Amino acid sequence: MLYAILCYHDEDFVGSWTREQDAAVMTKLAVVQDKLKKQGRLGPVARLLPTTAAATLRKDDPPVVLDGPYAETKEQLLGFYVVDCESLDAALDVARDLGAANPGGAYEIRPIGLFQPGGQVT
Amino acid sequence: MTDTAWIDAALTSARPQAVGALLRYFRNLDTAEEAFQNACLRALKSWPQNGPPREPAAWLIMVGRNVAIDEVRRTRKQEALPEDEAISDLEDAEDALAERLDGSHYRDDILRLLFICCHPDLPATQQIALALRIVSGLTVKQIARAFLVSEAAMEQRITRAKARVADAGVPFETPGAVERSERLAAVAAMIYLIFNEGYSASGDTSEIRMPLCEEAIRLARLLLRLFQSEPEIMGLTALLLLQHARAPARFDGAGELVLLDDQDRTLWNQKMIAEGLALIDKAMRHRRSGPYQIQAAIAALHARAARPEDTDWAQIDLLYGTLEIMQPSPVVTLNRAVAVSKVRGAEAALEMIEPLGDRLSNYFHFFGVRGAFLMQLGRNEEARVAFDRAIALAHTSAEAAHIRMHLDRLIRDSQPRNAKAGK
Repeated sequence: MLYAILCYHDEDFVGSWTREQDAAVMTKLAVVQDKLKKQGRLGPVARLLPTTAAATLRKDDPPVVLDGPYAETKEQLLGFYVVDCESLDAALDVARDLGAANPGGAYEIRPIGLFQPGGQVT
Repeated sequence: MTDTAWIDAALTSARPQAVGALLRYFRNLDTAEEAFQNACLRALKSWPQNGPPREPAAWLIMVGRNVAIDEVRRTRKQEALPEDEAISDLEDAEDALAERLDGSHYRDDILRLLFICCHPDLPATQQIALALRIVSGLTVKQIARAFLVSEAAMEQRITRAKARVADAGVPFETPGAVERSERLAAVAAMIYLIFNEGYSASGDTSEIRMPLCEEAIRLARLLLRLFQSEPEIMGLTALLLLQHARAPARFDGAGELVLLDDQDRTLWNQKMIAEGLALIDKAMRHRRSGPYQIQAAIAALHARAARPEDTDWAQIDLLYGTLEIMQPSPVVTLNRAVAVSKVRGAEAALEMIEPLGDRLSNYFHFFGVRGAFLMQLGRNEEARVAFDRAIALAHTSAEAAHIRMHLDRLIRDSQPRNAKAGK
């Protein structure tokens, strides 16, 4: 089963990291990712730019474009992983490993219903 | 991340909101700052033991407020001090406060905190220093380092700025729509100043001053999160990101300034460019243009050009034309002339800047640009005079060195002819 691991965190907090702190977190996360990659379980990984760069299309009739992210919450969706796991427990294990590398915030683990890897984007 | 690093980041990110709320509460900057400091000290003691609170900002506001109130009580000698536990046990109160924090107050709290730093009586350098101290929470030592002055001098600068702000009184009423947009404009200008302070650094100091650019970007993003639909704040944030994206290419190994045309564009930070471009796209949709958006659009055209010769100079010329109308200034015209020289040639560009001579007679870039146009036209002797003047007006060694490079080229170019003449 494919799972999406959606990464939520306080954007202000992550934005307060120094360049060195940010790099240190990314290095730790890369270790977890490499392990999954070697096992052939790692799909697409994305780190999203700040929500200030986001726009939201409300599918009203006619659709309305709003500035900012969809949800005004304390913690924002900052990125996601797609991983192949046998069970929710296995997916939670992956999330725990990621969480140990980058504490704080929360991961939402969601089974994926339809997955289209798409073409290569650069 | 270690505990300490985590707490540091949490305190930094909570700071504008917490100090802003404490300022609303106490109506005195010193009291608010002191309350926040005290709350931070307690956080350093309590968080490693009890785990971090769910809402660090709410925790800090609550503790800061309680500690300050106790302080008042103690000086009045009316009541005994409460136990430490009584202050730290905040679970219920914290929830109630957290709810209120999401309300409308906190946006104006942060804006007010930024706005008092922009008092019109304060010279730009004091505005910046004050904002970095009270909003960003940089230490006096860090700020002094970034400004290349002694700690004592910076301490004095900040103290003076604070005194002036206190004299002026803090505007506490919740601002109306017009006032809010005026405050927003003043704060945007101040953030731009912080950025420029870092951006105008010379090669040997750029590393030390770079944090000013990063801090300005952080404040711009903060402001944009509070005012998500303000196209000029999008423009400002985009402008800072697009300029800063070029930082890794702006100086060579020897610390010499590298001009846009000569920069290694593969060194540009593509993530920042992507964010900047996304913000301009969003801003444009509002069809409420402004100087920051125009400047960001110009920076975007540079960022989009993979090679210098791909630059859409005609469009840049048009954008500077619009900026000239919005914000007439000889410096804008000078910048436009550079675009004009690429589109219509150096002759037209030179004609355009001739009338600026009086007003820019002490401006380094005027003579640098004029010299370059003259050189392109083969008027080498006049070019040399302009370059000499530029060097005399240079503020940094990198500026001077850059002009000297032009001069060397002029001398090289003219040498064969001299040699021939000598024969």
